[in-house]
Amino acid sequence: MYSINEVLETIRMVQEEKLDIRTITMGISLRDCADADHTKSCQKIYDKITKYAANLVKTGEEIEKEYGIPIINKRISVTPMSLVAESSDALNYTPFAMALDKAAKEVGVNFIGGFSALVHKGFTKGDRILLDSIPEALSTTERVCSSVNVGSTKDGINMDAVYRMGQIIKECAERTASQDGLACAKLVVFCNVPEDNPFMAGAFHGIGEPECVINVGVSGPGVVKNAVEKVKGSDFGTLAETVKKTAFKITRMGELVGRAAAAKLGVPFGIVDLSLAPTPAVGDSVAEVLEAMGLETCGTHGTTAALALLNDAVKKGGAMASSYVGGLSGAFIPLSEDAGMIRAAEQGILTLEKLEAMTCVCSVGLDMIAIPGDTTAETIAAIIADEMAIGMVNFKTTAVRIIPAPGKKVGDNVVFGGLLGHAPIIPVKAAKAVEFVSRGGRIPAPIQSLKN
Amino acid sequence: MLNQLKASPTGKRIIVTVIGQDRVGIIAKVATILAENQVNILDISQTILQEFFAMVLIADMENSTIELDLLKEKLNQLGQELGVKIEAQHEDVFRYMHRI
Repeated sequence: MYSINEVLETIRMVQEEKLDIRTITMGISLRDCADADHTKSCQKIYDKITKYAANLVKTGEEIEKEYGIPIINKRISVTPMSLVAESSDALNYTPFAMALDKAAKEVGVNFIGGFSALVHKGFTKGDRILLDSIPEALSTTERVCSSVNVGSTKDGINMDAVYRMGQIIKECAERTASQDGLACAKLVVFCNVPEDNPFMAGAFHGIGEPECVINVGVSGPGVVKNAVEKVKGSDFGTLAETVKKTAFKITRMGELVGRAAAAKLGVPFGIVDLSLAPTPAVGDSVAEVLEAMGLETCGTHGTTAALALLNDAVKKGGAMASSYVGGLSGAFIPLSEDAGMIRAAEQGILTLEKLEAMTCVCSVGLDMIAIPGDTTAETIAAIIADEMAIGMVNFKTTAVRIIPAPGKKVGDNVVFGGLLGHAPIIPVKAAKAVEFVSRGGRIPAPIQSLKN
Repeated sequence: MLNQLKASPTGKRIIVTVIGQDRVGIIAKVATILAENQVNILDISQTILQEFFAMVLIADMENSTIELDLLKEKLNQLGQELGVKIEAQHEDVFRYMHRI
């Protein structure tokens, strides 16, 4: 028998505090789809995805009905496309992106991730073609997401790739100028990328992964916020303990849904990614969790410490709840997708510098941040380099998803709609870093990498 | 791993909760809807929680043909008529969250 309080707690979490399974992501290996003829390869890709994921959306909806827990997104991640396309004769990989887009539409998922390359130590022929194809691929497809890993603790930072990504981000923005640079919202630059992350835009099916796998991403900033509000005035030990217990319960829910989905689809269950991922809806904000801890506005002094406590407690709770926690588990801080962060940025309290500091302790990095349209590729590259360095030195994943909104300046807004939200343009430094980023080559791996 | 999954009990038990102002006939009407749909009541407990009437009911849908979401809709409708909030959810959700 369950106690009434337990039952009501669960009901409240789902009904009022917006606890949800944020995403079920099916990872599919496309390694066997390589072919010297790129049209054949694209056909194999389309066939394989539509075969494996045919029942993905339906199964997600069934579980939703059965358990009464909303599952917001059903998505697909695939083998980094540079690995699959490399053996083909194509000199531009846009047709591969189009095959992914077509398959995604056919099975009804809203995003498909994996138009990706891992170039932290250097480029292969396929990596170069893939990078060159990103602007066209992301501006001519609707649902394809792209990511590029440019650094790692073990290998250092490929600064040629960093500079190139600065240019690519500019080009993506310009090609989708009428939509405020929407293509940039589908492109992430990573350091130490996890290969089992179910969250877009950075999701891809890593090369160590099985043929097909179900990964689940759970989210519940609203639940954590309410829990934190209940222990107002108590000490940090109590605060951390409260977050931990809440994270445990949220993760259990993810484990249940993930295993149910895997069993129904006859596919192994991969990981639960326990993340506090916000949405633009009020009451679903990580910034509000931080503010519930006692900060007047997210971004003020104390924010980094609060985020560090939150992130750690979330991981500890999650680790106890599931043996297969993976991905990016922790707190996400995508600016445009978080009502509290948008407000803080509009007030000028949350700045790029503070966001960068916060990324030292959060689970990802500079995420969904809109900057002036006239920001140069070199400045963007320098912003990426800073963020990659934080990840490299601290053995953590960091990422940059930044949007130089064409024609917009500080004080303007960008609007993407849906889960991608809207954001004020925040200022960047005017002083240049051109000479620094154009040196070329690789920043050596830090001494911490010599560990074995 | 898959065999393990199939072995785990995935019964069709649900938990129905009613929260709101107490009045005559709440239990009778909820029970009627469940009976009409061949849902067997296993356990009922109720209490007054912060001045609100709160009831938790565990029921078995094994012999029922109705889908959980349709049942939920019927219960929601009844809740609106009675001025209370009625929810129904699969037991596994509670089992996973609160019992290890």
